[in-house]
Order: sequence, then structure tokens, then C-alpha cells
Amino acid sequence: MTDLLAARTQMAISLGFHIVFAEIGIAMPLLMVLAEWRWRRTGDAAYRELATRWAKGTAVLFAVGAVSGTVLSFELGLLWPGFMRIAGPIVGIPFSLEGFAFFTEAIFLGVYLYGWNRVSARVHLTAGVLVAAGGATSAGFVVLVNAWMNTPVGFQLAGDGRLTGIDPIVGMQSPAALEQVLHMLLAAYAATGMAVAGVHAWLLVRGGAPALHRRALMLALAVGAPAAVLQPLSGDFSARVVAKTQPVKLAALESEWETMRRAPLHIGGWPDVKREQTRWAIQIPAGLSLLAFHDPNAEVKGLRAFPRDVWPPVVIVHLAFQVMVAAGLALAFVALWAGWVAWRRHDVTSSRRLLMAVALVTPLGFVATEAGWIVTEVGRQPWIVQGLVRTSAAVTPMPGLIVPMLTFTALYVGLGAIVAVLIASLVRETASRHTTGDTSTAQQSQ
Amino acid sequence: MTGVTVGLPEIVAGFIVVALNAYALTGGADFGGGVWELLARGPRRDAQRALVARALAPIWEANHVWLILVVVMLFTAFPDVFATLGIILHVPLSLMLIGIVLRGSAFVFRSYDPRDDSVRRKWGRLFAVTSIVTPGLLGMVIGAIASGAVGDAARRLAAVHAGSPSSDGFVSIYVRPWLAPFPIITGVLALTMFAFLAAVYLAVAATDDALREDFRRRALVAAGAVLVMAGAGLVAADVYAPDVLRSLLGGGWASALQLATGAAALACIAALWTRRWQLARVAAAGQVSLILWGWVAAQYPWMIPSTHAIRTSSAPAVTLKLLLMGLAVGAAILLPSLAYLYRTFARAETTAMVNGEP
Ligand code: HDD
Ligand code: HEM
Ligand code: HEM
Repeated sequence: MTDLLAARTQMAISLGFHIVFAEIGIAMPLLMVLAEWRWRRTGDAAYRELATRWAKGTAVLFAVGAVSGTVLSFELGLLWPGFMRIAGPIVGIPFSLEGFAFFTEAIFLGVYLYGWNRVSARVHLTAGVLVAAGGATSAGFVVLVNAWMNTPVGFQLAGDGRLTGIDPIVGMQSPAALEQVLHMLLAAYAATGMAVAGVHAWLLVRGGAPALHRRALMLALAVGAPAAVLQPLSGDFSARVVAKTQPVKLAALESEWETMRRAPLHIGGWPDVKREQTRWAIQIPAGLSLLAFHDPNAEVKGLRAFPRDVWPPVVIVHLAFQVMVAAGLALAFVALWAGWVAWRRHDVTSSRRLLMAVALVTPLGFVATEAGWIVTEVGRQPWIVQGLVRTSAAVTPMPGLIVPMLTFTALYVGLGAIVAVLIASLVRETASRHTTGDTSTAQQSQ
Repeated sequence: MTGVTVGLPEIVAGFIVVALNAYALTGGADFGGGVWELLARGPRRDAQRALVARALAPIWEANHVWLILVVVMLFTAFPDVFATLGIILHVPLSLMLIGIVLRGSAFVFRSYDPRDDSVRRKWGRLFAVTSIVTPGLLGMVIGAIASGAVGDAARRLAAVHAGSPSSDGFVSIYVRPWLAPFPIITGVLALTMFAFLAAVYLAVAATDDALREDFRRRALVAAGAVLVMAGAGLVAADVYAPDVLRSLLGGGWASALQLATGAAALACIAALWTRRWQLARVAAAGQVSLILWGWVAAQYPWMIPSTHAIRTSSAPAVTLKLLLMGLAVGAAILLPSLAYLYRTFARAETTAMVNGEP
């Protein structure tokens, strides 16, 4: 493994790990606040129970999100000093604003988690709202950085490859900014909302405390389902921006070789890079032209229009895109179904089949997120900043990068396993306490 | 140290040190908490540990963000400095990150693992051990920068890349700058200072008199240890980093800072002796801050001695201005919020509740 590949792998693993906790950190505070608000409004104790149960899990997941995010901010220098040297002054501004959003988040999370009996009801609820807002804001800012890497603006290029005349504010309004921030925030609510709904649906199928889980399911669906329905629309918007601003990425994710009008859409299939053709795909005539430009006669550039040395790894990008879209469509379908049942029968728990379906799609939002980021990041290769800085020029000169890569991989695999076991036992704890009818408060946690 | 020119780069660099100072006083003390977790002794052993846990739980994540702010401000305003530190100090920074990950995780796992006490005790031990290793590495990183070894290695690396023949291998560029006597002593000094701060804060936070006395005794011992380590640092500087020592003791500002540091140290010991808790806390924080600023003054005008001066390694003025504006707006939100957080959890009462569980 070359040092460059090791660095890329370490970055990918660190980000792939962090993003799960980040999404949860964006959406869980909203769910907690909604539950608490329902409790304060209705006096229904099950909502309060729910808010405290969710808070426990969130405390664990949030801490892991915070430490893995710290790793990322150092890794920008540990792995990609050449990138930071050039891009630091421009992407540093959104990163700094993100830093303040983190502060808001962390401060009020402390107040929220540990302040139940120390601050007034109104302050407590407000703290929760601030945590939720801080999470969404920080995600927005960090995605602006990524959007800039995809579609850099706000500078002139000097002869030595450095940027002059930089304008970080213009840099934050890059062409991909709106598309990516919207898609990312919806992803966080869709993935987390549908996953929480899935867990509670499964507990309901198993016959656990209906009062608690029904409320949990409704709240989680109220957050997750609309986002899941909107996500394919937002994805279509993303694809159109990509078509306009990153034609190589579009060609790779669709595995389109030939430049043509009435370009077909490939569903599934396997891109054969050597022969420059896509096998076994279902083709929808003019589908791609229609999706990417909303015009069946639009011309779509194929990979052959670009020199080979700027092709991203086509197979990975194409497959990841198929996975995201498949997962997205499945989620949207289940979300619509839930909406229909809620509208027609006023009670989503009345359909056992729906419950099973919701339980079945539990992980899909996170799967789609990972896949989507692979499309975005691998699809940008060989560039770290599109058209400007090659990834190979940005990597650290330190040799032996395979060692830190393996170390951090092992660390994250272990940590991920421990977190999974812990969350599972917190869920089981909730489940068993309610099935035995014991609703008394838990033991001291300290 | 001669005249000080103050322009945008110096102002931003100053704020970076302020953030680092805030991190030392808050996040640093949280590391110190881990030290006392490990060293919990005597009849009130469990109560000591519980106090550490209760004092840290609501605030450690907010405290930790100061470090992130330091990193972010550094790469925004001094990208080349950040890049160079990332290259030369890759190994200790990576080890520090592993420490940060394990410590934060172990701390929450201990609080929330629903399994039995023995599992929780294991998490507690991991939390304590990583609380010692991590700030030690942070201190080593600072020591490596201050001693001039990082700048030196960076220059040799550049020479290697320019194709000049050299005998520099991996160890001489990526290991020796930080694995050396002076950085090791600064590492231990950082750890001692953090343990000292934590003991003072815990004495203030305790609501039980016996517990408070436990931490008063620990604070006094730690105060002595800080003095010893600071002395050791001066001796080591004389041998390994004479430039640092010359500026540390060189007239003007530097000596004033040294004098003030000594005064704060004495004030803290006196306050602990006479049980004036609030005063002890202020003096302890002052002492640690002054040691930090002493280093900064000694190193001025260098970010990395001999290669990166504040003036010549900063980002363009637009970036610095925007960063300062961001800081102003951010601080207007941040400082009242932080004050509110600390006020709400000032006393780690035994009735403190976790997640609303009575
Ligand atoms: C719940 C998660 C989720 C779901 C259901 C979808 N996506 Fe997505 N997608 C993401 C989560 C995501 C993401 C958060 O992972 C990405 C990575 C970068 C970004 O901004 O959003 C992404 C990127 C991304 C990109 C690349 C954007 C870029 O590189 O600038 C495109 C073209 C799409 N998506 C299109 C779609 C389509 C057509 C979907 C139809 C169902 C879809 N996505 C569902
Ligand atoms: C929004 C914030 C993000 C930023 C600023 C960012 C930045 C970077 C950087 C600097 C690299 C290394 C250079 C490169 O390979 O191009 C990289 C690579 C990568 N990132 Fe991201 N990233 C972000 C989000 C994510 C997320 C959430 C994922 C989730 C999986 C991800 C997946 C990857 C992958 C797979 C690579 C390796 C690509 C390759 O080398 O083939 N990124 N990213
Ligand atoms: C290179 C890319 C990234 C860097 C450098 C980074 C950095 C960080 C840091 C330093 C933290 C810790 C803050 C704290 O202590 O509270 C953090 C947490 C967080 N990050 Fe990231 N991050 C990156 C990518 C992302 C992405 C892609 C998202 C989501 C869209 C995201 C969303 C969050 C959120 C919501 C948190 C709050 C903590 C949590 O909920 O777990 N980050 N990140």
C-alpha cells in the first residue's frame, strides 16, 4: 500500500466513522426536545421517560462524535498538510464558524443532560433547542468546506499554485454549497429519524411497552419520514448541480462513457473500465438527460470526453451511487406508506406489516449516507480540490503511513463495537423494564 | 525580547494563545481530574472518584472545544505553521489523538455502561491512564516547538526534499525532535500543572468538608511538584534549549512575567494554607496562565522558532480580519453561555442528577 493510499484510507475511515455520530448528533437533540415538549404540554409521563432514555444514548454517541471530530481536525494537518497550506485561509473561515457552533452545542448539551433538576422548564427546553440548532449549524458549515473542495471559487490562481486575492465569503457560496448542505441535513434527519423509528417499531413487534414505543415511533417518524420523502428530490437537485459543475463525477456515478444527447440512465450494472462499457445495466432511454438537465435532448458528457488521468475510480463511484439511490427509494417508500397509514387509520402501529417494514429499513439511512459520501469524495479523485490541487500533491511527506492507518482503523473498529454493545444494552434495558411493567426510575448512574 | 510590533497577525496569534490558555485552565484541569481518579486513596476513595466524575460530566465536552478552536484558528491564520507541525510532530500528535479518543469514550462509558461495577471500574481506569498520557504528550509537543527542534527538523526535511545529500533518517526528523529530555520535562510539567489545577478546583467544588481537605492536601503537594518541575525545566533549558532560557530570563517583560508567576505560586499556597478557596482558585489559574505566557513571551516573535515568524507565516489579511470578526461575534454568544454553564454546575453536589434520574 502506498503512503498516499494509506492516507486516503485513514481519512475515509475517520470520516465514515464520524459521520454516523454527527448525523445522530444533529437529529437526536430534536427528537429529545420534541419528546420533552410533548411531555410538558400533555403531562404524559411516557414522553418524559422517552426524553430521558433518548438522552442517555445521545450522551454516549455525542461524546464519541466529539472525540472523532477532534481526530479529523488534526488529521487535516497530519495527512494533508499540502491541502491546508493552500486552502487553510479560505476554508478556515467556515471551519472557525463551525467551531463556535460546536461550543453552543456542547455547552447546552451539558445543561440539557445534567440540568433536569437544576434549571427551569423553559430554560431546559431552550437548551435542547440550542443543541439541535447548534448541531445543524455546525454540519452546515463543515459541508460548506466540502462543497468548496468540489467546486472551488473565491480566489485567483498564482503562478506557483498558491491562491491570491482570496475571498472566504465568496468561497462559502460555492456552486455546490446549497445542494450539499440541504442534502446533508435532510440525510441526518432521515437516517436518524428512520433508524430510531425502526428500533421502536421492532420493539413494538416484539410486544414491548406499547405506550412508550408508540409515542417514540410517532415522533421519530414525524422527523424521519418527511425528510426521507424529500431526499430523492433533493438528490435530483444535487445530481443537476453535479452535472453542471463536475461533469466527470456525473459520468462516473452514472458510468456513462459516450458523450451524447438523449443519454440513457443506467440502473445497476457493472462498469468495465478496460472496455469502457457498462454491463448488465437496465437502461432507460434518455433517462439521464432528463434527470440531469430536465430535458430529454440535453447532451451529457461521457467519461471519454476527459483524459483518463482525471477519471475517478469508476466502479466504486457507480456502485456507491446505486446503493444510495436504492436505499433512498426504499426509505422514501416506507415513509410514504407510514404517512398513508397514519392518514387513513390514524395509528401507524395498527399495521404489523408496516412495523416490520420500518424495522427492516433501520440501517438504510446510514448506508445511504456512507455511500453518498463515497460518491462525493471518491468521485472527486484525483483531486483534493477539484481541478486545482491533486490529492497526491497534498499528502504528508512522512513515510510509513500504513502504521497510523492501521492503528486508527483498529481503534475505530473496537470503539464502534463497544458503542454498539452499549447502545444495544441501553435499548434492552428500556425494553425489559417496560415489559415487566416496572416503570420506577433507574439506579444512580454514577 | 525587543520591541513588540502589533498588527493583525500578532493579534490573531494572541487570541490563539488565549484559547490555548482557556483550554489549559478548563480542559487541562479535566485531565488533572483523571490523575486524581488514578491516585484516589484512603477511606474516601470512592467519594473522591465520584466527585471527579460529577464535577467533569456536565462541562468536559464544552471545555474540550477550546482545543478545537486552537487548532481551527491555527490552520486558518497560520496554515503553514499547522502544516509543518502536522508533518514533523505526526507521531506525538497521533498518539495524543488516540489518548483523546480513549479518554472521552472511557469517561462516558463509565457513566452509562449499564453493566456491573467491575466493568465501570475498568472504564474508570482507562479514563485515568489516558488522562495522564494525553496531556503529557501535549506538553511534549509544546516543548519540542519551544526547544527549536521542530524548526530545525523542518529545515532539514526541506533540504532533503531539495535534493541535498543528508544522513537524516526517519528518527532524526520525526522522532528526535519530541522524544528528547527537554520535551519530556515540559510534558511532565504540563501534567503536574493540570493535576495541581484539578486539585484546587475539586477542593472548591467539594461540598463535604473531609473531601475538601483531601483535595486541599493534594493541591499543596501538587503545588510543590509544579515548583520542582518548573525548576527542572529551567535547568533542562539551560542544557538543551539555551535560546529559550535566555529569553525566559532576559530583562523587561520576561522577568516581570517570571516574578508574577512566582507571586501567584506563593499566593496560591498561602490561600490553600489558610483555606481561602476562591482566592486559591484564582491564584492557581493565574500561575498556570503565567507559565504559559512566559513561554509565549520567550518564543516571540516565532510561532516555530527559527522557521516560522508570526509576521511572515500568517494568512492574507482578509482571512485574519474575517477570523477576528467571527471571534467577536462568537465570543458575544460564547462567553455568557459558558458563564451560565459553569454557574449552573459550580457545585458538584452529591444530589447531582444524571439525565433527570432522581
Ligand atoms: C439518508 C441519506 C441519503 C439518501 C436517502 C440519498 N442521499 Fe444522496 N447523498 C447523501 C445522502 C443520501 C450524503 C449526505 O451522503 C451526500 C454526500 C455529500 C452530500 O452533500 O450528501 C450525498 C450525495 C449525493 C450526490 C453527490 C453530490 C455532490 O457530490 O455534490 C448526488 C448526485 C446524490 N446524493 C443524489 C441522490 C439521489 C438521486 C438520491 C435518491 C434517492 C439520494 N441521493 C438519496
Ligand atoms: C464535510 C466534510 C468533509 C470534508 C471537509 C472532507 C475532506 C476530505 C479530505 C481532505 C480528504 C482527503 C483527500 C482526498 O482524498 O480527496 C477526503 C477523502 C475522503 N473522504 Fe471526505 N470530507 C468530508 C466528509 C466526508 C464524509 C462524511 C465521508 C464519509 C464516508 C467522506 C469520505 C471520504 C472518502 C471515502 C475519502 C477518500 C477518497 C479517496 O481518496 O478515494 N468524506 N475527504
Ligand atoms: C473534515 C471534516 C470534519 C471535521 C474536521 C470535523 C470536526 C469535528 C469536531 C472537531 C467535532 C467535535 C466538536 C465538539 O467537541 O463538540 C465534530 C463534531 C461534530 N461534527 Fe464534525 N467534522 C467533520 C465532518 C463532519 C460532517 C461531514 C458532519 C455532518 C454533516 C459533521 C457534523 C458534526 C456534528 C453535528 C458534530 C457534533 C458532535 C456530534 O454530534 O457527534 N462533521 N466535528
